[in-house]
Amino acid sequence: MAGVTSRRRRRQRVLRWVVLGTATVFFVLPMFAMLEFTTRGMNGTRTLQTWRTLFDVPLLRANYPELWVGLKASAGLAVLTVVLMLVLLVPTMTWVRLRLPQLSRLVEFLCLLPLILPAIVIVVGLAPVYAWVVYLLGDSSLTLTFAYTILVLPYAYRALDAGLSSIDVRTLSEAARSLGAGWGTIMVRIVLPNLRNAVLSAAFLSVALVLGEFTIASLLNQSNLQVGINLLSKRNASMSIAVSFAALAFAFILLFLLSLVGGRRGTRTAEEPA
Amino acid sequence: MTDAHPAPTPAERPGHGVAVRLAGLRRTYGTVHALDGLDLDIAPGELVALLGPSGCGKTTALRLLAGLEETDGGRVYVDGKDVTDVPANRRDMGMVFQAYSLFPHMTTKENVEFGLRLRRVDGAARSERASEMLELVGLSAQANRYPHQMSGGQQQRVALARALAIRPQVLLLDEPLSALDAKVRVQLRDEIRRIQLEVGTTTLFVTHDQEEALGIADRVGVMRAGNLEQIAPPDVVYTHPATPFVADFVGLSNRLPGHVSDAAVEVLGHRLPLVDPSTGSGPVTALVRPESVGVHPSDTGSARVVSASFLGSMGRVSVALPDGTLVLAQVPSSAVMALTPSTAVELSLAAVPVVVEH
Repeated sequence: MAGVTSRRRRRQRVLRWVVLGTATVFFVLPMFAMLEFTTRGMNGTRTLQTWRTLFDVPLLRANYPELWVGLKASAGLAVLTVVLMLVLLVPTMTWVRLRLPQLSRLVEFLCLLPLILPAIVIVVGLAPVYAWVVYLLGDSSLTLTFAYTILVLPYAYRALDAGLSSIDVRTLSEAARSLGAGWGTIMVRIVLPNLRNAVLSAAFLSVALVLGEFTIASLLNQSNLQVGINLLSKRNASMSIAVSFAALAFAFILLFLLSLVGGRRGTRTAEEPA
Repeated sequence: MTDAHPAPTPAERPGHGVAVRLAGLRRTYGTVHALDGLDLDIAPGELVALLGPSGCGKTTALRLLAGLEETDGGRVYVDGKDVTDVPANRRDMGMVFQAYSLFPHMTTKENVEFGLRLRRVDGAARSERASEMLELVGLSAQANRYPHQMSGGQQQRVALARALAIRPQVLLLDEPLSALDAKVRVQLRDEIRRIQLEVGTTTLFVTHDQEEALGIADRVGVMRAGNLEQIAPPDVVYTHPATPFVADFVGLSNRLPGHVSDAAVEVLGHRLPLVDPSTGSGPVTALVRPESVGVHPSDTGSARVVSASFLGSMGRVSVALPDGTLVLAQVPSSAVMALTPSTAVELSLAAVPVVVEH
């Protein structure tokens, strides 16, 4: 009996390593290839010139304006999308939970809808809307915020919903109201601080998504980081790969931070007395 | 059952209690009438407990008074002013909830200071008031702890301190002890009464636990189907229940066949006075308290003991009459040992007023 168990354990261990090894090769090999490609010099030598240029802002602005414009647009879009998403979702989801629970299914359905609609379909639908957006707000790439807010809804909704489920919003808000708090105060001083982790998760996921978005920006003739990289790839492949790698690393760091936030939440729950 | 805290009448108490009046309150959920024209007057400084089974409307009444729900009819008056249309955050009421309601991201002290902060009380005065309140509930040492670091009883104490810190006109307690274990429950119950007497705030306490209601209230209101069946001091509710429902709900009652004649009812061969002497003659069902039933071992007795249980300070005996009717009796614990099952016994009934139903 003991022999069978130990044999099964050994088999499971081997299987674990095989899966981990395959996954590592699958992810690491392309990244290694990217690094290798961006450090190629003349006649088989190695150089860090591309990477130096990437982190030399004045040089980058002067030599690769399309990339600089895309980078700025994506940074602005990331911030604006997070803000708009939070302003839209947190009060709505709290209100639905408190006052209109019968609408929760509908809100969930609407928020998850962008997940099943291909980006190209969204663009086709958005094109006429954007004609008006451009007419009213101008031709800035930052107007993509509206489209991106829709795009991040499914991920942000899931993160915030998990956060709202972990606290008794009804009792906390009623307690705050009986102590004299208005709805604004309840949102800012009671709901948001208790949703800190959920808000961070939603924000990180949104930023990662915005930084990687290409289809909508390209088809609506706007600029962002991915559009910049695409343009750049036609004249400087090494630089475009370096930027892609940096964006990937940044998204990876964000997701790593996200797992840290999640991990801390788990620890804290475990410490709570029953 | 008597009030554990002999207290001055509400009018004689110190503090800043105000009168509360609920006039014809109605609240409907779909087809269910949660409140059906409820009238209730609470004197300044008084502690009224609303008692009743789930769904009787007691919590709805409290939430309407708090402003957390809107009425479908009727008015709410506090200190003579109509507050029916005043939102909850401007009603100046402190509330303790059944669920733990401390703000998880704030320390004990920050929780207690929250209401004062909203009222723009300056830092020193706020801190002083919070310390004073924490001392009142005996938790000064826990000022810097977070809610998840405290027990349920401590959390409810802090919730009470937080509710009282704003010097509310009315204190509302919505089953604050339900989530606690039995021992903490009794301790905190007595503490709530002590504190309420000390600060003199008019208080409405909602509970489904009769011991809690009878133990701390000046008056107990027994509710059924959205209305008050009876509101009276605890001893009156217990000894002179106004209706069979109250007699049944508050304490245990035996339902025994009887016959009313000449303003008394004859039950098991004993003539007992009536709570309502105007009851018409004829056959009735009398509701007799177990503590009014005496059980005496006797070889000639026609009743038989079915079971006897020892409950510490007293014992409870179930006796079968010759016709099969079961009678529950409460006897001194010393007598329980002699009352083994099948023992032949005779029953006696104490001459206390009973409620009857036709």
